This record gives sequence, structure tokens and C-alpha cells, in this order.
Amino acid sequence: MFLGNLASLRYFLPEFAVTATILLLVVLHVVTKSPRSTASGFLSLLGVGAAIFLAGVAPAGAGRSIFEGMVAHDGFAVFFKVLTALATLVVIFMSMDSRDLAGRSQAEYYIFLLSTLLGMFLLSSATDIVMLYLALELVSIPSYLLAGYLKGQERSTEAAMKYVVYGATASGVMIYGFSILFGLTGSTQVAEIGRSLAAGKATLPMLLASVMVAVGFGYKIAAVPFHMWSPDVYEGAPTPATAFFSVGPKAAGFAVLVRFYYTVFAAADPGTGLWRLTSAVDWPFLFAALSALTMTVGNLVAVKQSNVKRLLAYSSIAHAGYMLMGFVLLSSAGIEAILFYLVVYLFMNLGAFYVVVLVSNATRGEEISDFTGLGSRAPFAAVALSIFLFALTGIPPFSGFIGKVYLFAEVIHRGVYWLAVVAALNSVVSLYYYTRIVRAMFFEEPKDASAIPVPAVSGALLVLLVAPTLILGVYWEPVARIAADSVRMLAF
Amino acid sequence: MTLDKLLVIAAALFCCGLYTVMTRRNAVAVLMGVELILNATNINFVAFSFFLSRVMGGQIFAVFVIVLAAAEAAVALAIFLRMFSTTGTVEVDAADQLKG
Repeated sequence: MFLGNLASLRYFLPEFAVTATILLLVVLHVVTKSPRSTASGFLSLLGVGAAIFLAGVAPAGAGRSIFEGMVAHDGFAVFFKVLTALATLVVIFMSMDSRDLAGRSQAEYYIFLLSTLLGMFLLSSATDIVMLYLALELVSIPSYLLAGYLKGQERSTEAAMKYVVYGATASGVMIYGFSILFGLTGSTQVAEIGRSLAAGKATLPMLLASVMVAVGFGYKIAAVPFHMWSPDVYEGAPTPATAFFSVGPKAAGFAVLVRFYYTVFAAADPGTGLWRLTSAVDWPFLFAALSALTMTVGNLVAVKQSNVKRLLAYSSIAHAGYMLMGFVLLSSAGIEAILFYLVVYLFMNLGAFYVVVLVSNATRGEEISDFTGLGSRAPFAAVALSIFLFALTGIPPFSGFIGKVYLFAEVIHRGVYWLAVVAALNSVVSLYYYTRIVRAMFFEEPKDASAIPVPAVSGALLVLLVAPTLILGVYWEPVARIAADSVRMLAF
Repeated sequence: MTLDKLLVIAAALFCCGLYTVMTRRNAVAVLMGVELILNATNINFVAFSFFLSRVMGGQIFAVFVIVLAAAEAAVALAIFLRMFSTTGTVEVDAADQLKG
């Protein structure tokens, strides 16, 4: 049932497209006379576009285990490949526009970005713990370099250092957990580990293993208490890289979290759309507690932030908390809700960061005070940011509302009422700090009232990010259907 | 050598590593703590692989861990070097520009 290596190659085309682009970028970097040319940006766009086409538009028959069971080629993986590649595409546009990165060597930046993308492709499809660890490091190591890309800026270097120290420790603890799982089952195959564990009754080692693995994955999705790195990294890193971290690796982290826990510590009940807990450890409750903690800490700390990047960092922690609600329900509708929320979150969060890039290009700052009077200085950007922020809050008729409806409905349907109450209260808190930015933009007098020019290309991209945020708020069935299909095709 | 003894050694090494990571303030020392954690993992994998399953999975995993630890250390040391050249120190506590 496992496909051999040569036969697998034709199901691995998106990864080939990304790899080829990385190699071409290396050649370009060596050959080109001026390393600051924009050619590398366009080449990356082309490569990622090709990857999206190969993964999403023309996928080779899904539902296979390829490379001798190392990697799954299923609907779930395809969904995440398209999602992360789309996020990367937007981030490349953003990077070409950013003044943070202008005047620096570009090719290396895109090499790191695309290496991370390759890691996310593998992370969302890995079905063997060796592959999983390899993919996780492939996401992490270039991310450290992206965070510290602004050479000579102390804050960027500090961000990179904190990232690498936290990341190395978390992944170390995680593979110690893997080693326990390997010892209990004698296999590195995720599905095989799940079957062996279901047969045995080793409670304490299993508790240890599931907690240790949760450290590694929790760090990737920035769940409390493993979130400490994220505000610092998000604030210090170049803004496009921050936008990337808040969507891409987080989405891939959710992919691996769902695939791993739903295979190793649970088993699908055929026909019901539900999963049955096979481990003696009640990890759904553990994660429900983490979810409540994550959204509460994220929202409460965001309230007193004055730096917009840092505020959005805490807001993205809170959103990870909301999405974790779908993960603890052991139902396919819960996973569907996560997938749908990730799509919505991609557009609204990247959009918000894009406006931050545009504003800080002109004002050289990211404090809320730099946004005062944006309503008159750059009306279009201000309106767009307001739409993104209201969508992040979850106010109808924007897409964030529909995302939250799916999550809340399933939480209530599965009877976890306390979690729904916590999440509802949290949404109210988030309204406060999101509207603080909106108020600064429209109702406060700016120190400097000169207009901020928004180039036509940037404006067009902004429209492309606003449109899904608005449209998915009123017409969301197609995306919801794709999400549902992707969960149905979750094969191991 | 029995499996039990090896597991105890690995667990002790893991705890030493975690203790180092949490208490040392020098970034290079923290990195050494991480290496201890990774080596504890390697002992676990090789021991399980040898005594229990007699399959090569664990040994192969250990090789991967060694390679990735080297890659991670290379990047981490480069970042620490950059930090040393901008701030003149690699103390973790000295990195306090970003907070709140």
C-alpha cells in the first residue's frame, strides 16, 4: 500500500517546484551583478505560483501514502499546501514593497522564505516521526534567519536569538517525547504507533510523551504557555516576515497537530465523523485548558500594547486559542471549522500586516501613535485596516464572524459549554483593543497631517486581500465545502 | 548493560540539559544544554532500537538528530556571533529591548 520512491515522484511536484526555485535563486544570487535587483522576488513569485497550481489546481490523484509511508498525499495535505503557499505568495508581494528590506540582499531572504515553505509542505504531510522532525526543523531553522535578517538592528538580532533558544529547546523536548513513543511501540510510522498504543495500556509514559510532544507543537502554533518567544520575535523581525510567521508556520503547526494527535492518540469511528480516544490520557481536556488559557492571555495582554506589531502578535496568539477549540472536539466538523478559520485568518491577518508595512514605510514607526489620523492621511488604507480589524474581532458581516460561528457552533454541539463562554467573553475583550487602533485612525488628530501615498500596485493587492474578507462574510459555502472535503480525505 | 540502566542515564542527561537551559544565562551555555537534551534522545532511540524492536528505525532517527543538531548549532552560533558584534555580549538577560 506504500508507494515506492520512484513511483512517488509524480505526486511530489509542488515540492519540486519550490526546490527548483530555491536552487535557481542560489544561482541567481551568485551570478547577478547587483544582489538588490528585484529579479529574485519575481522568480520566487513564479515558483510559488507554480507550486500552488501543481498542488491545488492540478493535483495528482490524492489519498496515497508515498515514499514508503514517509509522506501522505491526501486532501488534508493538499489543503495546507495551497494555504501556506498562498500565504507565502502574499508575503513575497509584501516583502517587495517593504522599506525594511529595501537596500538589503534580496535573494537570500527569498531562499529562506521558500525553504520554510518547503518545510511547511512536508510538515503538513509527514506521516513518519523522522520525517516530521526533519520537516519541523526545516520550518524552524530558516525562520530563525528570517527573524534576524535586519543586520545591524539590535532588535532584529535579539528576536532571532530568542527564537533560536526557545525553538531549539522546544524541539529537543518534543523528540524526547518521540523517543518514548518509539520505545513503547517500536515503530516510527505515525499510524503504526497509533495502532500499537491503542492495544497497550501504558498510562504514565504515554502522559509524558503526549505532554512533551505538545511542547513542540504548542511552540509552533504559539499556544500559552509556550508563546513567550512570539511577541518578541514578531516585534523584532522585519514586518513581512512577522506576517509570514503569524500565518504560515502556525497553519502548518495546526496541520501536524491534528494529524499527529488524531492518529496516535485517537482512532476514527467510521461513518460517524467522530474520533474515539484510544489513550488513557485525556488530552482533549488538556488542550481545552490550553485553548482557554491561550485566548485569555493573548487578549488580556494585547489590551495594554502600544506597538501595533506586538498587538497583532498577541492577537494572533489569541486566534490560535480560538482555533484550538476545534481541535479538542474529536469531530470532523471541528477540524473543518479550523480549516475554514485558517482561510479567513490568512486574508484578514496578512491584510492587517500589509497596512502596517505601508504605514511604517512612510512613518518609519509601528506605534499606535503612528496610525493617528490615518483616516485623512491615507483613507483607503485606513478603511482597509478597519475592515481587517473588525473581521479579526468577529463582527458580522465580515468573514471572521463566519469563521467564529463555525467554531462556536461545533463547540456547543459537542457540549463543551464552558469553553464557548470563555471564547465569547474573549471576543468582547478583543473588540476593545482592535477598536483602539480604529479610533486612533479616524478620531484623533495626527502630529503630521501629510498624505501617505499608497502606490497603485499596493492598492491593488490590498483590494485583493479586502475582497475575500468581505465576500467570505456573505458567501462562504464554496470554501466551507473545500474544508469539509479536505477533512474527509484525511488518510494516513 | 540493560535497557533500564540506559534509560535512566538518558533521563538523567535530559534533566541536566533542561536544568542547564533554564538556569544558565549565557546563550552558548543554553545551546550546550539543548545538545544534552538531544543526546539524551539519541541514547533513548538507540537503546530502544537495540533492545526492543531490532529494527533500524531508532538508529536512523539518531543519525538524523545528530545532523539536524549540527545544522541548528551552526545557525544558532551565527546568530549569537551577530549579537556579540552588535551588543558586545551573549548574555540572554542582556537582550531586553523587546518586552511588554
